[in-house]
Amino acid sequence: MNSRKWNDISIFHEDPISLSSPITLLKSLDDLLKKDQAREQDGFPRKIQIGRMLKPTKGGNKIVVVPTLEESKLLHDQVRIPQQNQSDDSGEEGGGSGEGEEGEKIGEAPAHEPGQSGDNAGEGGEGEGTQHEIEASAYELGKMLTEKFELPNITTKGKKVLSHYAFELTDKNAGTGQLLDKKDTLKRVIETNLNLGRIDPLTAKFDPSQLLVAPRDKVFRILSREKEYESQALVFFVRDYSGSMWGLNTEIVVQTHILLYSWLTYQYRNRVETRFILHDTEAKEVSDFHEYHRSRAAGGTKIAPAWELIDEIVRKEGLARDYNIYIFYGTDGDDSDKEGKSTLPAIRKCLNFTNRAGITLAGSRNRMSPLENYLEELIRTRKKYLRLDRISEKPDENRLVEGIKYLTEEEQHATA
Amino acid sequence: MQLLDQRSKKIMEGCKDRAREAGLNFSRETLEYIISNQDLLELTPKNMIPTLYDFWFHDVELHKQKGKYKLYPSNPYETVINTRPPISFYNDNNPDWLNVMIFYHVLGHIDFFQNNTYFQRTWNEDFKEQALADKRRIAQLRSDQGRWVDYVIEFARQIDNINSYYQELCRAGAENKVLTKMDYFFDIFLQQEKELTEIEYLKEVEKFNSYIQKYGENEGERIFFRDTSKQRYPELEERYKRYCQKEKKSDQNRDLLKFLIDHSPKLQKSENQWMKEILEIIRETALFFEAQIRTKIINEGWASYWHEKLFLRDERIKTHETDFSITNAKVTSMPKVGINPYALGKNLWEYAEKLAETGKDTWIFQQVLNLDQRKNYDQQTGQGRERIFELRKNLSDFSFLWYYLDQDFVDAHRLFVSEKKFNPVRQTWEYFVKSRNVEDYWNMIKDQMYHPPSLKITTKGNGRLKLYHEFEGKPLVQEYIQDVLRGLEFLWGEPVELTSHIVSPKSTPEDIQWTKVRYTVKNGELNVKMT
Repeated sequence: MNSRKWNDISIFHEDPISLSSPITLLKSLDDLLKKDQAREQDGFPRKIQIGRMLKPTKGGNKIVVVPTLEESKLLHDQVRIPQQNQSDDSGEEGGGSGEGEEGEKIGEAPAHEPGQSGDNAGEGGEGEGTQHEIEASAYELGKMLTEKFELPNITTKGKKVLSHYAFELTDKNAGTGQLLDKKDTLKRVIETNLNLGRIDPLTAKFDPSQLLVAPRDKVFRILSREKEYESQALVFFVRDYSGSMWGLNTEIVVQTHILLYSWLTYQYRNRVETRFILHDTEAKEVSDFHEYHRSRAAGGTKIAPAWELIDEIVRKEGLARDYNIYIFYGTDGDDSDKEGKSTLPAIRKCLNFTNRAGITLAGSRNRMSPLENYLEELIRTRKKYLRLDRISEKPDENRLVEGIKYLTEEEQHATA
Repeated sequence: MQLLDQRSKKIMEGCKDRAREAGLNFSRETLEYIISNQDLLELTPKNMIPTLYDFWFHDVELHKQKGKYKLYPSNPYETVINTRPPISFYNDNNPDWLNVMIFYHVLGHIDFFQNNTYFQRTWNEDFKEQALADKRRIAQLRSDQGRWVDYVIEFARQIDNINSYYQELCRAGAENKVLTKMDYFFDIFLQQEKELTEIEYLKEVEKFNSYIQKYGENEGERIFFRDTSKQRYPELEERYKRYCQKEKKSDQNRDLLKFLIDHSPKLQKSENQWMKEILEIIRETALFFEAQIRTKIINEGWASYWHEKLFLRDERIKTHETDFSITNAKVTSMPKVGINPYALGKNLWEYAEKLAETGKDTWIFQQVLNLDQRKNYDQQTGQGRERIFELRKNLSDFSFLWYYLDQDFVDAHRLFVSEKKFNPVRQTWEYFVKSRNVEDYWNMIKDQMYHPPSLKITTKGNGRLKLYHEFEGKPLVQEYIQDVLRGLEFLWGEPVELTSHIVSPKSTPEDIQWTKVRYTVKNGELNVKMT
């Protein structure tokens, strides 16, 4: 039982270094996640959290996905006053040196670019370096999400597109090839010998050892290029970037959308295409996620143009035929079109071609926002295609994942 | 990983000679290894001890470190571990002059490890060998007991900071007693129990001194106590005995892992003996690292102080002064926002040396009130060097800063407490100079120093384990409490209670009020009750 992983020679030679070999013992991330999952069966909560680190660079931000784990200990905390909104780090003290009077401002750093430590995943600061980099790490993140949270798979609607070629031994060739097809070869040998009169067709009696085998009688299977079809997904990320959407609201939406984006990238193995739309009183399409999450405006809010734009894009480019279409929309629910006179029809149109539209509503206000008001009925009747999730406080990763789960889960076919 | 080549080793030996001449004191043997950055990443979760036991949390941490390295590839200069012989790790692409600087830095650390009293418990054993034995034992247990070994390690690590580091340190010293009779008599008995007035107290001191003068040091003390307990305080002997017993017991009741090992009903069962072994390993490992955690600024400062001093006088690397200055400036400059322990420590050492050199660290100087005289005060004592060696023997981060961080130092280095505020309009963090007052600076830095909560442990009543967090004006980190108590419940075998304080919801920034709160974990479920 007791299989030793170290070797005695190095131990007795007092060579501490060759012993270290944490390398050989290192468990893969998959193993660790499995181990973490198994904790639940033993009655303990999971430990591993998904973390992201990012480094601001010239061409955008570089992100890596890492597992993190906090060891719980009894430690002193800072004194926090309950009523004060301390969701951010305002008032945080640190050291410093150099010039400056007491009370003087000595520096400023963008809040959406976490600093050198790179450990800060709290802000909506995810962007992309090169396209490849974000794809790669988004894929990793999505993989972890699926493994950790077991999100349900999005339905395949059957619209398939050519995704790649596979080579299989399906073609046949007489004379040469990779694998002998015995059945076909035998057929041809008999045919040849019948023609040569070595087999009497009436009695069907013959001596197999006397049969002649012509080179071209041998039939082989050879590799052939086969087309593989798989479903393709097109995701619209749509975001309200009007004046009311600063700070926390934007953070909630962007965080949700990057997690979604990552997860879809994984689920569709890089076969997810994305389009990005921003709106205030007007809607516009932007080219990449970077621009999508960075842009800020300060105007009023009209929701209708955004949905109209989606409809227009899908119609003009004939996308509904080839793609599973998803729309993820983030907003604080404000709309100058209070009754939804033009917004409702636009959303209805989109529901005709989308597999699922998921709305993330951010905002801590207690009142019903206009969007919720006029959308209430539609959500009830078209639950299969339209979901709305309301997040009102600074969410942790788990809350965001819960939200995504709700936005993307299959409809429960309740028997009631 | 490989040993340093002969040529570099020779340079190191040269550094050792020069460091010894300057007064540093360290063991003859040292081991130097060249390792890759990858190796270094792998050692990080194990606190740089290659032989530390395996645990899956380390693996998770390593994945994280690797990710971080992808973003911020860095070349750490060196790292040293406090083993016998001490081992240090290096990059293999350093030029000679840089190696010389690093070697001196390393020797500074080794000198600190081997002479600072806080490390006393680590002087008589080689931790890497101990760790290796522990690692093998845990591997064996894991193959016998399966995955529960990892739970026990996890639960033990959760409470390994609630230990009796200082008591263990006392025990490692020459005196096995809690307090000598003389210290007890003057510090506790007369002041706290008898509540003598100042005049009465001074009379006792005088009386004691007269005995010493008359009979000599040892004999005088003996006769003084004989007469004292006979004539004036017949209860003294009994009180002192009782005090010693109480103290011994109270240490024991502050070390949570030790308490569990000795008293947990579950761990006493024969089938659970292996759990005790793990607890013992985790406890010893935690105690080993305690000294290092408590001496970060002072130790880094000491090493930086010496690498600068010794490098500049080393004739072997003349002409590399500029290279050195650039690297050294990076290591020892004070950041605009934040704290650099290397720089803060080094500056404090230089400050301490200068105070001793001019005689400003004396009581006589404190009596000087004239500002001009204070400024120009210089006794030219020639005792600066001697003094800092004394300090390196006796101080930790806390005491070092407590003694030497003063307004003059804060002013001289233009230090301040910075504050970070969010500006919602500009979507930025803004940094302000909050205060240049030494009190505020001290409080800020004190908050960042290692100070685990102190708990009283009892089992009175219903067999539950009861912990009382001694209130020091701070709450505990709430998110962690359930996990820790759940682990404790597993190790104790019965429900567990913790009493602590939280900030009352009625508080305002001007008036902070505290509410006592009791956390109970039963079958893994947390129940919180305000009392």
